[in-house]
Amino acid sequence: MSMLHIVNKSPFERVAFASCLAHANAGDSILMIEDAVVGAVDGSSFSDKVKAAMSDKTVYVLGADLAARGLEGKAMEGIVSVDYAGFVDLTANNDTTQSWL
Amino acid sequence: MKYTILVNEGPYQHQAADSAIQFVRAALEKGHEIFRVFFYHDGVNNGTRLTVPPADDRLIQKAWTELAEKHGLDLVICIAAAQRRGIMDADEAKRQGLDANNIAPGFRISGLGQLVEGGIQADRLVVFGD
Repeated sequence: MSMLHIVNKSPFERVAFASCLAHANAGDSILMIEDAVVGAVDGSSFSDKVKAAMSDKTVYVLGADLAARGLEGKAMEGIVSVDYAGFVDLTANNDTTQSWL
Repeated sequence: MKYTILVNEGPYQHQAADSAIQFVRAALEKGHEIFRVFFYHDGVNNGTRLTVPPADDRLIQKAWTELAEKHGLDLVICIAAAQRRGIMDADEAKRQGLDANNIAPGFRISGLGQLVEGGIQADRLVVFGD
């Protein structure tokens, strides 16, 4: 049973992203959208947590939201960029979705 | 695949309403079915026809109405959340003794049971909010 975790707030604004990483199971997928995309950038106080999650989960970022914040091409290696069609595929390919609001 | 979408945030508040519209468009383009879009909490503000954003801004309410007209979407506004925020259809305005209504074309007002049914009937429930 795989789950898609959708996070939409910056890890520096709310604890939702950290909670998500603490609860997600191995084999799950995590998608950063809206302000959560800042979590994709390397060298922050949060980036080690995202890197640790990537050891047994797949981490995705919505490319349009990354670009809208001037962060295109700045996502850490290993994070997969998707468009809205890819976002839809992630919801279809996982058994269930959880939005960390 | 069959989807129900839950929108918990108003338009122009942050980005959730925009994200939901983009997701619905992408899902429809891929041939998926949108069983229902349910608007709850401040999300009910997506359904007023009286929004007039500046000319160079996006028209979120109109985008929902156009999607509903083009694809026959079922856009449902939670009645309790709507009444708190002054979103009324003609019947509710009359029942409450009010002099106007403001629901946008393509939307309808109903109860929370519609969200529960949407969750049961759809293969996936995707939530957008703040």
